[in-house]
Amino acid sequence: MTELYELDASQTAEAVASGQASAVDVARSHLDRIAAVDSEVRAFLHVDVDGALAAAREVDQRRADGEQLGPLAGVPLAMKDVVVTAGVPTTSGSKILEGWIPPYDATVARRVKQAGIVMLGKTNMDEFAMGSSTENSAYQITRNPWDLSRVPGGSSGGSSAAVSARQAPLAIGTDTGGSIRQPAAVTGIVGHKPTYGAVSRYGLIAFSSSLDQAGPFGRTVLDTALLHQVMAGHDPADSTSIPQPGPDVVAAARQGARGDLSGLKVGVVTELTGAGGGYQAGVLARFRDAVDTLQKLGAEVVELSCPHFDYALAAYYLIAPSECSSNLARFDAVRYGLRVGDDGTRSLEEVMSLTREQGFGPEVKRRIMIGTYALSSGYYDAYYGQAQKVRTLISDDFRKAFEQVDVLVSPSSPFVAFGVGERVADPMAMYVNDLCTLPASLAGTPAISVPCGLTDEAGPALPVGLQVMAPAMADDRCYRVAAAYEAAYLAEHGPILQHVPTLGASR
Amino acid sequence: MTRDEVAHLARLARLAVTEEELDLFAGQLDVILGSIARIREVAASDIKPTSHAVPLQNVLRPDQVAPSLPRQAVLAGAPAVEDDRFRVPQILGEEE
Repeated sequence: MTELYELDASQTAEAVASGQASAVDVARSHLDRIAAVDSEVRAFLHVDVDGALAAAREVDQRRADGEQLGPLAGVPLAMKDVVVTAGVPTTSGSKILEGWIPPYDATVARRVKQAGIVMLGKTNMDEFAMGSSTENSAYQITRNPWDLSRVPGGSSGGSSAAVSARQAPLAIGTDTGGSIRQPAAVTGIVGHKPTYGAVSRYGLIAFSSSLDQAGPFGRTVLDTALLHQVMAGHDPADSTSIPQPGPDVVAAARQGARGDLSGLKVGVVTELTGAGGGYQAGVLARFRDAVDTLQKLGAEVVELSCPHFDYALAAYYLIAPSECSSNLARFDAVRYGLRVGDDGTRSLEEVMSLTREQGFGPEVKRRIMIGTYALSSGYYDAYYGQAQKVRTLISDDFRKAFEQVDVLVSPSSPFVAFGVGERVADPMAMYVNDLCTLPASLAGTPAISVPCGLTDEAGPALPVGLQVMAPAMADDRCYRVAAAYEAAYLAEHGPILQHVPTLGASR
Repeated sequence: MTRDEVAHLARLARLAVTEEELDLFAGQLDVILGSIARIREVAASDIKPTSHAVPLQNVLRPDQVAPSLPRQAVLAGAPAVEDDRFRVPQILGEEE
C-alpha cells in the first residue's frame, strides 16, 4: 500500500479534498517518516510536531465546516530556517541566533499558513545561506538521500533533502546565488528561483538584499508551481516587492505538461556549457540529452554567447559579501541572539566583537571581511563599483539573448552531489558550484531546475539538473518548458526519485 | 593580504579573531581576492552600475498609526533587559 508520505503534493491535496485522508493523517504520516529517517538525513533543525498537528486539525475542521480551501490545503511543507516563523525557533543556521523565538511571521510563512499548508518544521542550511553544501551550518551535516556520504547541495540543503527523502512533498528555500536550483539539481527534485521581487522578502533573515529571493521546491513541476502561486504576490511590507500580479505559473505548468514546445526558441549559453572546462562530463552528457529532448518536443534550439557571464562569479563574490557585511551588522548582541563577555567591565564594542567572533562560523567571517574590504575607501571603485557595472553588462547579455530566444538553458550545477568534507578546505572549490546559477541571480531573472537524468560518473547514479532561465516576470516560461521536459522524461524513464535508495533500513 | 590587514578588517567588522584565524584567513582571503580580481579586466568605465535588478523607487504609505509588536514580545528575544528596555554594555569608558 502506498503510504501518505509517498504522495506528491497534488496527490496529497486531492486525497485531503476528497476525504480519502484527513490532513491530520497526512501530517502524522510525514512526522512518522521524519522520525524514521531524519537520524540519517538530518534535514531538520526543528520539527514542530504540535504546531503541525494543530494546523492539520484546523484544515480538517475548516473542511468539515464546508469552507472552500486552497489547492494545497492539508499538504505538509518543510521551511528553510532563514524564514522567520512566529513561536517556532529560527536560527538561519547560526549559533548567534540559537534559541531565538521570533515574535512575528515572515510574509511567506503567513501566506503558507493562510493557504492551509501544514508546516512540519525548519530545515538545515548553510549559516545565513552562505554556502553550496549545507556544511556551513553551525548545527549539523545534512546528508543527500541519494548517497548518505554526500551533501544535498546548499544553502537550502535541508529543504532539498527533506523533499527528496519524502519527509515533505513541498519545501521553501531561498536563492541568493543558486541556493534553490543547485540543491534541487543534486537531490533530483524541482526548484525555482522566482523573478527578484516576485516573492516578498519581509521576514527572511537578510544575506544579500539585492539578490535574496525565496522560492518553492517540489517533486514535480506542477507541485512547485502550486507552491509558487501561494508564495508570490505584492507585499507592501517589502519595498522591493513588485506591485503587479505575476504570471499564472500553474496554468503554464499544466500547458507545458501537454508536451508541445513547437514555436518555442531555446538558447544554449556557450559560457555555461563547460567550454572552459570545470564541468563533469556526465553532467554535460545529460544536459545534451535534455536539449535533444526539447528539440523533439518541437523547440528550436540555437547556441548563443553571453560573454559577460564569465565574470558572474567574480561580480557575485564581491556584491554578496559587501551586502552581507552590512546586513549582518545587525547582530550586535543587543536586541536578539547571543551576548558574550558582558562582565560589567567590557564596553559594548568589546562585547559585540566577542559575540560575533563566537557566534559566526568561518565562512560568515570570511565573507564579512571580504565585503568590508571591497567597500573600504580606496578599493570601492576597483571592486564593488566595478562589480555593479559588470552586473549591468550581465543584464544586457540577458536582454540581447531574450531578443533572439524565449528561454535559455544550461546545466543547473557543474557537478553532481559531492562528498561530505570534499570541498570545505578551499573556499573557491565551493564557490564554483554556483557557476551556472549566478547570472540569473545578478540579473534578477527567474530560473528553474528540473531533474534531467542520472550519471554514475562519480560512483553511484546521481541526479543532474537542467536549468531553464526566462526574462523577468516571465516565470511561466520556466514552468512551461520544465513541465514539458518532465513529461517527456517521465514517459521514457519513469519518476527519477524511484532510484533513491531505501532510507531508515537500519530501523 | 597580510596578518595586519586581516586584523584591521576584523576590527572594522567587529570580529575578535584569534591569532590562528589571522593566519588562516590571510591565506584564504588572498586566494579569494586573487580569484575575483579579474573583475578589473572588464572594460566598463562608461557603464552605469546596477545596484538592484528591479528599479528602486521610494515607496510611500499614508502616515497612519498601525499596531506594532507588543513591547514584551520584542524584549523576549533580547540577551539582557532592564526596566522594560534593552540593557546595553557601557558605551563610553570611565574617563570619557
